[in-house]
Amino acid sequence: MFDVHEMEVNFGPQHPSTHGVLRVLLKIDGERIIEAKPIIGYLHRGTEKLFEHMAYPQCIPHTDRMDYVASATNNLGFVEAVEKILGVTKLIPRRAQILRVILSELQRISSHLLWLATHAIDIGAMTPFFYCFREREQILDLFEAYCGARLTLNCMRIGGMPEDAPHGWLDEIEAFCAKFDAAVDEYESLLTTNRIWKRRTVGIGVLSPEDAIEWGITGPPLRGSGVEWDLRRAQPYECYPELEFDIPIGRNGDTYDRYLCRMAEMRQSNRILKQCIPLIKQTTPGDLKAKISKVIRPPEGEVYHSIEAPKGELGYYIVSDGKTQNAYRCHVRPPSFVNLQALPMLAKGHLVSDLVALIGTIDIVLGEVDR
Amino acid sequence: MSELPPTPPPAAPAAPPAAPAAPPAKTVDDIKRDPIVASAVARVNDAILDAKEFAGEITLFADRDRIVEVCRAFKDDGFVYLVDLAGVDYSKFPNHSGLRFSVAYMLYSFQKNARVRLRVWTDADTPVPSVTGVWKTANWHERETFDMLGIQFSGHPNLERILMWEGFNGHPLRKDFPIRGIDTGARIYPEVFPEGGGPKAGSTGKPANDVNVYKGEWKKYGTWPAAQIGGAPKPAVAAAPKPAPKPVAAAPAVEEGE
Amino acid sequence: MNTPLMHYLVWPLVKFLIAFIIVQVLVAAMNWIERRLLGLFQARLGPNRVGYKGLLQIIADPVKFLLKEDIVPASAEKVAYFLGPILPLIPAFIVFCLIPFGPPPTFTVTRVNVGLLLILALTSTGVYGIILGGWASNNKYSLMGGLRSAAQMVSYEVPFGLSIVGVLMICGSLDLVTIVRYQETNAWNFLPQIVACFIFLVAMNAENNRTPFDLPEAESELVAGYHTEYSAMKFAFFMLAEFSMMIVNSCLMVTLFFGGWTLGMFGIGLTTDVLRHMGMFGGILGTLIFVTKVMLFMLIYVWFRATFPRFRFDQLMDLGWKWMIPLALGNIFVTAIFILAGQERLMYWIGIVSIGLAAMYLFKPKPKRAAAPGKVAHAS
Repeated sequence: MFDVHEMEVNFGPQHPSTHGVLRVLLKIDGERIIEAKPIIGYLHRGTEKLFEHMAYPQCIPHTDRMDYVASATNNLGFVEAVEKILGVTKLIPRRAQILRVILSELQRISSHLLWLATHAIDIGAMTPFFYCFREREQILDLFEAYCGARLTLNCMRIGGMPEDAPHGWLDEIEAFCAKFDAAVDEYESLLTTNRIWKRRTVGIGVLSPEDAIEWGITGPPLRGSGVEWDLRRAQPYECYPELEFDIPIGRNGDTYDRYLCRMAEMRQSNRILKQCIPLIKQTTPGDLKAKISKVIRPPEGEVYHSIEAPKGELGYYIVSDGKTQNAYRCHVRPPSFVNLQALPMLAKGHLVSDLVALIGTIDIVLGEVDR
Repeated sequence: MSELPPTPPPAAPAAPPAAPAAPPAKTVDDIKRDPIVASAVARVNDAILDAKEFAGEITLFADRDRIVEVCRAFKDDGFVYLVDLAGVDYSKFPNHSGLRFSVAYMLYSFQKNARVRLRVWTDADTPVPSVTGVWKTANWHERETFDMLGIQFSGHPNLERILMWEGFNGHPLRKDFPIRGIDTGARIYPEVFPEGGGPKAGSTGKPANDVNVYKGEWKKYGTWPAAQIGGAPKPAVAAAPKPAPKPVAAAPAVEEGE
Repeated sequence: MNTPLMHYLVWPLVKFLIAFIIVQVLVAAMNWIERRLLGLFQARLGPNRVGYKGLLQIIADPVKFLLKEDIVPASAEKVAYFLGPILPLIPAFIVFCLIPFGPPPTFTVTRVNVGLLLILALTSTGVYGIILGGWASNNKYSLMGGLRSAAQMVSYEVPFGLSIVGVLMICGSLDLVTIVRYQETNAWNFLPQIVACFIFLVAMNAENNRTPFDLPEAESELVAGYHTEYSAMKFAFFMLAEFSMMIVNSCLMVTLFFGGWTLGMFGIGLTTDVLRHMGMFGGILGTLIFVTKVMLFMLIYVWFRATFPRFRFDQLMDLGWKWMIPLALGNIFVTAIFILAGQERLMYWIGIVSIGLAAMYLFKPKPKRAAAPGKVAHAS
């Protein structure tokens, strides 16, 4: 009688809310998603291939371009992996360690701010976007003051840090930290108790802890499901063992819990930053580089090192042949790539409107997914 | 695990290594008895062929055909989390003899807060049994490894390319794949770019530094005043209608045309 | 001067043209006001390049739309594609004939004794253009936008109409002028009909596809919904129709619930008779009062847009069918009981008490948030 068949929609790669060039092939019945199939690779630049053809220090700028909204943590993961294969992890001066933590926590806040901005505007709340960018702009200014770049920082070196904190920089961070909690309150006052926001997020894309581990989910989505696991605490690096912070976890594993987790994480990062300022002021200015050879030629072997990037576990698997100054193989374990894999499972049975909320809540950056 | 044993730094890193100051080298059995992996290894002892320890990380070499069994044993022993799966092409590795490819499985255990790496050897034709039945997350990892290195996985639900497009001819992370890319046969704007030219051009028999240069006449978009940018205009430069013959010059011209 | 030709054709036409021009200026101004206000809400500037404080943006935007290339998709259904933006525009313009901007007869174009019905009938035809445009674009997103719009319009037309019934029962007329005259001698209708007023406010937001209900053009889901494929002047026509309909609905809101052009209750204050007594000046004053009230409701649209996230489609339907329609029906029932009992004035207390309760809830001091939250993110 009727010709009933589902509609196929190409969601992306040119679509306002796919956060880049993600393409989701949707099969929809009315507006209900029967099947969602992410198709990636539109931003594939062969970063891993490039890593094999350049010396280790030359790779650092290329790590910036993977998760381009959190380049400091990308740098951190890479330099730590190389330091690990060199066996010089213990030699990094304390001041450099604290500087790295400061930069990566600032980066975490800025990445989460960008997430909140886009997540909110995906769900239709326009105003938090601008509020988030207001604070993010201040963080980018801090980055600019430190290394001259705002987005692709290239701010870490194997064996230390390139620059000391510029004059007055730490005070600026302190001033930022003092204001930032109030700013988070402001975002939360717009969203957290908003009924429409809750209706759009509570119960959407529920991810059980078992599923999360099965799918390899890391970062805030994992913690939103109630698994208290953060690499900064589980396998601490740099000076994290001496810093006090809580790991926020959710209960239901839905979009709303992931939202709450990230909001709490921003506050925790701010707390870490506040502790770092006095710590770094106790150290000797200028003591930034470990005494390691300028020519970086690691011994034959392989390491996998991972850190807690804003989006989850960012790992580098480096194979060195012991003969050359470049990695024989450098595989990146990008958190977004793995987290995105759960999208079909999360989206099934939800509406098209929820798909944008789910893409937002996974917090993907396509530069990292496709590398 | 990120905490290293307090080894002294390599005395002369520039010197040929092979002495990463690993004190008395552990034997395979020593590593197998390491409390992190001992109970898991005990279940599949005969499938673990070799073991290595480097920088505090344990690598176990497993029998390729029994990797699913090994992975399941490790999962049952607490390594519930497949963090990463990476393939390596060892064809140009110094002093390497044996199979060409290696697949590494990075596992993590929440209970022990420890990582372990399983590895198998394979070649281009022999498929590795897929571990998607053990961890769902292996799906995309294996697809990526297949796409980038051409390693086959048997039993994978849909082993298709993930980052490169269907029909791409080659596996980019193989060591014999040229870094400058290959001529994929894709013709973007065939009316503007001739055969072999254009953004996706590659080894069409021309020298490597010459492949992407468009030699013909610029039909539409080549007339912008090149000398206007920076400093006094030089008539000699302004007269030249062609942009600089660099590979990068071709791509913006196309974007301009959209 | 008073020939039938002048009385029935020329004067209404002249008045309509004047009203039309004023409203179109308002539409253009509204565009600028909305953007500036959103800028204010969102810690940014808004348009500020063209002219003083970006005021010339009002002119620059139409000029830009006129000069842009008018793209018609190759596979579009040409006639329907062309009709899409035109159809919503016609009723949006005609409706201004029926709105009493000021004290009649001078400041009202035509006085129709079923004016309200006519307005409702005309405004609900606007959706055809949207559906037609969405379908004719031959784009899946446009089609989905058009369908969403259709479903939304159909759902919210019902509470929209039902909320008016209470007013009609109290005032006993479909004539907008009579309704206003009733309000100046009694209280403004928002007092006895506070529930209907609230339903009307929500429904008019939904009718106009404005923010919490902007699903047909939800840019993060459907790219731009029904007008994805439209560009240049055709797109501008959609926008023009939308803003015109916003003004129409605000006019209705003011006329039905907030006393129209008057500024008085119980026969005290600037009532129609007082304004008439002032002559031409009084008429202009009444019109200004009307426009000011209308603009206040336009600002509410902007305020909503800056504050709320977007509903999901099933939630929108849920709200419309499960809450608004029963509420509107209940309101009619309660109103009928009061009217039958002859105690209409008792209904004022409903309004006063509701407003008091709402104020208490809104201005209740909120508990301070803890400076550093605990380990568990306070999950629901």
